[in-house]
Amino acid sequence: MLEIEIDGRKTEVADGSTVMDAAHQLGIFVPHFCYHKKLSIAANCRMCLVQVEKAPKPLPACATPVTNGMKVFTHSEAAVKAQKGVMEFLLINHPLDCPICDQGGECQLQDLSVGYGQSASRYQEEKRVVVNKNLGPLISTDMTRCIHCTRCVRFTQEIAGWMELGQAFRGEHAEIMPFIEKTVDSELSGNVIDLCPVGALTSKPFRFAARTWELSRRKSVSPHDGLGANLIVQVKHDKVLRVLPLENEDVNECWLSDKDRFSYEALNSDARLTKPMLKQCGEWREVDWQTALEFIGTDLKRVVREHGAASIGALASPHATLEELHLLQKFIRGAGSENVDCRLRQTDFSLDGKGATPWLGLPVADIPSLDRVLVVGSFLRKDHPLLAQRLRQAAKKLTRVSLLHVADDDQLINLHAKSIVAPSALAAEFAGIVKAVAEAKGATVDATLAAVQPSAAAKAIAESLVSGEKIAIFLGNFAQQHAQASTLHALAQKLAELAGARFGYLGEAANSVGGYVAHALPGAQGLNAARMLAEPRKAYFVLHAEPELDCANPQQALAALKGADLVVALTPFKTRAVDYAHVILPIAPFTETSGTFINTEGRVQSFNAVVKPLGETRPAWKVLRVLGNLLGLAGFEQESSEAVRAEVLGGKPASVGDRLSNRADGIALDLAASAPALQRVADVPIHFADPLARRAPSLQKTRDAAPPAARMNAATLAQLGLAHGLQVKVSLGGTAILSAQLDAGVPDGCVRVAAGHELTSGLGPMQGEIKVERA
Amino acid sequence: MGALGFILNAEEGERSWRLAEYVKRGGYSALKKIINEKTPADQIVGELKKSSLRGRGGAGFPTGLKWSFMPRQFPGAKYVVCNSDEGEPGTFKDRDILRWNPHMVIEGMIIAGYAMGCARGYNYIHGEIWEIYKRFEEALEEARAAKLLGDNILGSDFSFELQAHHGYGAYICGEETALLESIEGKKGQPRFKPPFPASFGLYGKPTTINNTETFASVPYIINEGGDKFLELGKPNNGGTKLFSVSGHVNRPGNFEVPMGTPFKDLLAMAGGMRGGRKLKAVIPGGSSAPVLPADVIMECTLDYDSIAKAGSMLGSGAVIVMDETTCMVKALERLSYFYFEESCGQCTPCREGTGWLYRVVHRIEHGEGRPEDLDLLNSVTDNIMGRTICALGDAASMPVKSFIKHFGAEFEYHIQNRKCLVPEDVQRAGSGFFKAA
Amino acid sequence: MLSQDALQKIDREIAKYPAEQKQSAVMGALAIAQMEQGWLSNETIEAVAGYLGMAPVAVYEVASFYNMYDLAPVGKYKITVCTNLPCALSGGVHAADYLKQKLGVGFNETTADGKFTLKEGECMGACGDAPVMLVNNVRMCSFMQPEQIDALLGECK
Repeated sequence: MLEIEIDGRKTEVADGSTVMDAAHQLGIFVPHFCYHKKLSIAANCRMCLVQVEKAPKPLPACATPVTNGMKVFTHSEAAVKAQKGVMEFLLINHPLDCPICDQGGECQLQDLSVGYGQSASRYQEEKRVVVNKNLGPLISTDMTRCIHCTRCVRFTQEIAGWMELGQAFRGEHAEIMPFIEKTVDSELSGNVIDLCPVGALTSKPFRFAARTWELSRRKSVSPHDGLGANLIVQVKHDKVLRVLPLENEDVNECWLSDKDRFSYEALNSDARLTKPMLKQCGEWREVDWQTALEFIGTDLKRVVREHGAASIGALASPHATLEELHLLQKFIRGAGSENVDCRLRQTDFSLDGKGATPWLGLPVADIPSLDRVLVVGSFLRKDHPLLAQRLRQAAKKLTRVSLLHVADDDQLINLHAKSIVAPSALAAEFAGIVKAVAEAKGATVDATLAAVQPSAAAKAIAESLVSGEKIAIFLGNFAQQHAQASTLHALAQKLAELAGARFGYLGEAANSVGGYVAHALPGAQGLNAARMLAEPRKAYFVLHAEPELDCANPQQALAALKGADLVVALTPFKTRAVDYAHVILPIAPFTETSGTFINTEGRVQSFNAVVKPLGETRPAWKVLRVLGNLLGLAGFEQESSEAVRAEVLGGKPASVGDRLSNRADGIALDLAASAPALQRVADVPIHFADPLARRAPSLQKTRDAAPPAARMNAATLAQLGLAHGLQVKVSLGGTAILSAQLDAGVPDGCVRVAAGHELTSGLGPMQGEIKVERA
Repeated sequence: MGALGFILNAEEGERSWRLAEYVKRGGYSALKKIINEKTPADQIVGELKKSSLRGRGGAGFPTGLKWSFMPRQFPGAKYVVCNSDEGEPGTFKDRDILRWNPHMVIEGMIIAGYAMGCARGYNYIHGEIWEIYKRFEEALEEARAAKLLGDNILGSDFSFELQAHHGYGAYICGEETALLESIEGKKGQPRFKPPFPASFGLYGKPTTINNTETFASVPYIINEGGDKFLELGKPNNGGTKLFSVSGHVNRPGNFEVPMGTPFKDLLAMAGGMRGGRKLKAVIPGGSSAPVLPADVIMECTLDYDSIAKAGSMLGSGAVIVMDETTCMVKALERLSYFYFEESCGQCTPCREGTGWLYRVVHRIEHGEGRPEDLDLLNSVTDNIMGRTICALGDAASMPVKSFIKHFGAEFEYHIQNRKCLVPEDVQRAGSGFFKAA
Repeated sequence: MLSQDALQKIDREIAKYPAEQKQSAVMGALAIAQMEQGWLSNETIEAVAGYLGMAPVAVYEVASFYNMYDLAPVGKYKITVCTNLPCALSGGVHAADYLKQKLGVGFNETTADGKFTLKEGECMGACGDAPVMLVNNVRMCSFMQPEQIDALLGECK
């Protein structure tokens, strides 16, 4: 520990601390622009110059290491003179156009210039003008305002993992820019808007929408991936105008993915449904709630009467709230059916009833302390942008991260080892890793594993695992959706035992864990999501989901729904439900209802509505409660979402991590998998993964929202006699016309065709034999 | 002339740089000596300390002390780097050293590697002297072929690999941490220190960086002993020194003289003032050093201490001589433009301030000066100096400050009369370019 | 994009540095590419980035920071004249003026026949040879009085 005195106040700081760290510890503010606690130290803005006893010149607090007994003055005459000098330089070429700048009112330069600037400028020369850059649909630029702090550059390099912005040229000609004609395409790009201390980089969707002081700031939770990033939703006149990160070091740190940040645009879009709709005599009519709900009550009773309660099924999105999922399953069960599920993309359900609740298996904040991590079956960066970011940072330090997957996308993580195989070979390859670890540990294995020959890549991964001490194995979305998901689970469990590791799941959606906790799952006699569609029901309740995009087999889903007598779609949006539903109920998105998401680490995060429901939209929990009342069911008297939550959780726990276990008992290891000549690899691209993202206009303009293609490596393209750019007909169950694209990261004999998109919703399952021919 | 004879070799003609010629002159005997005698590293560093050799790049830091900072026991890679990125206006000595005597630098660097436990070195050569860079690469090939470089040098267990890295037009890379960034394949933007290169240098490894002339002095010190080197110069200012004389003299060039030689003598060696004109001012240590008026410099001797006392810096030994045909405002304008162009753009005061300085001086030179401009210039330099990561901000400021200090009247004349004290045709004649016409 | 010969030369540059420090070869690689292609187009910069495993903008940073790289086409002969103070004292600016008048172009301009581009240079570290000029970044010409300049222009076919 080192002793330091700043402005007469003493404290002790750890070795290696900077003066800035010590000032923070004492709560002393040192003005700064380039310094950011999550980024490397640049020491270039010079705003944090302070006076240090015995130092001949002022030193930057951000970069100056504390030495024992150091005395620092942050507001002495010498310090303030230096700071004022820097402020003058910063302002000479900065346009004084605050009234028309989007950053006005939340600008660090503006704020600090009040304290350190002068009222008139001594600079009488011509000011610099810098041309703006096109950074894509999310970030707006006014580069003349740039003060060259390079926070954005360092962010792309260090946090996002790929340098998409640089500072070109030198001296006064220096300009922050992407490579010529390139945009910033990172899934984390929006964070540079927060980082920019001036109005050089601002939000394109938010541009000129409001002044910061006109906005109310309300806390919320991101409804997208399993992390549950904490949000500040900014609202004006009951409209969400902007979303910013709410800093939570244990969850999202100070970051948001672009999906978290910009999906709000869907909330205000024309795609919103605002009135209940009823289809009568083949015509859709807007009706009042009473009419719609009474129709459902009556017709549901008819279906039960005519076909039995088991003919009812409910499909819920894992992006629905805990309260919604709870009341949905309670309602379905009340109606006499056990057919309810929120695992819409899952295909192998053999773990059901084996006691496992898939969750991360450890707190998110523990990730940096792991020394070995194996990720299995995950489009990591796009499925879990901020968890991937944590792993990226961890991999720079002590964590060796390995990946076993079916596509060699650049995770922008310094991977220690990786193995990329076809989906049909995933289990066998994983088994190879387990076998190699068992061998290294001198453990005996059963006959199935004994027969496995580990590949060189599997051995390399195993080698890294056995040399670790704090090890975790994470199964990704692809592993959960895999036809051999239970085998992958069993292998992970076995590997964890052998290596002394923890294992868990990177939760697919904001409330994947919540779905389990609310028991929005089939009962022992019930049908899971896949069977509900394979064995069509007479009545379906669809909550927040778009089955033609969200289910493992969209083609089958659509057929089942179209054949049903009664389909009730509860959705905030005008969806394709018009093609198959009989009643469509406008329910509140996350910003218009209170509710709870339980994130992948079991963290219980409740939130309030931030705006009033749009039009006649109602919170789904209230709708479901009224439906329960209409059916005369018991237990539908909750007055608030908090009451519903209490019913599920038995109180108000901050976490349910202690109730969750990935351990499953008695699962069979079945490595046998048919390997078709050509098989599909399906990802769910980041901005097609849920109804909100799909309808956010700016997100849909990003490169991540490029339409699905039939992606193959050069060998597969050649084998099929195809070439990059050709139109092809892809058949798997149904067909789709796509463009063939060269993608070296796709394994041999595989065609990568994304799911979750209109273009591919005519196809059948996400896995299996696929045909590709010239269109 | 001095005992090192870097420049004298030029008189041997184009072949003088070849390995065979260097060996004929006794080259590589220092290396052979330490290899054969297995001289302890400490002894080499001790000899350097005794020699009082001070860094020839401009800062004058004692070389032996610098070498002793290297954590010899540090496991893993350590580097020796030579700074031949000579771009300080007025300085052109390293080019001649590398042109006529590259092996002397190579030998010095190998010895440095031996003394500091480094297995790799790089010589960073100014991009504009491309032919010299190519020649250095050839010299390296010769040394490798002769087993003087590479694995098991001269059959010993000491191995050292040396490579040349070229710059490509950035003055700032002469700053040692910018130079390291540049070798790493980045923009040459100086690093904040601490950490210093001795602990966090090239690729984050311990690194020692010395100037070309510094390395070239090493073989002599090893062969002849530190004491003898010290005796060549003055106490605390050991050895001979190369002075690059440019500007209004009859015979510009490099002159190797003992430290402490009177300026007058150097001026005489350079053939005296061009056209017999009157000396007006001298910048004694490269463009970043404060200018000194004729009467002050004529009383100086050429060593770190004497020049410092006179209010300037010996720097890299670049002596820019200006006669009475010089417009001091125009001279400063050109220097200010240089620093404005060469600022790396990293630190706010330098990025913004160098442009400000240049524009104001430019205005004064072009007859648009204002009475308050000189105070403004001084104030702006005050806000730049000592506020930046590297010394470029100071380097840009010192000429401004010193030109105004010593030649303020000339600046005021410009402002008041919107023209120069020195008539245009007189200025024009000074350059000697139009002598034919 | 880059010729086999250029790639071989770049490989030699890469070999100068530790195996995990390929980026160190970027300055050499850009110089090699420029010598082959005449200037650095975006495609060339991307090719170099791809070859060295660097982000294109990181290569662009380098290409735009060091002023001997040309980010726009130049004439067959690029003549860079040092006009810095020590050279100017011995006629650097006058030499540049002489060239401007002879070629009919200003700094950063190329003659209509595409033969000459004139550039203003900063200190080349050869002040004793003033006026100095650099031809195509590789050939330094010293003591460039009018007759020497005429001779140089005559040589440039």
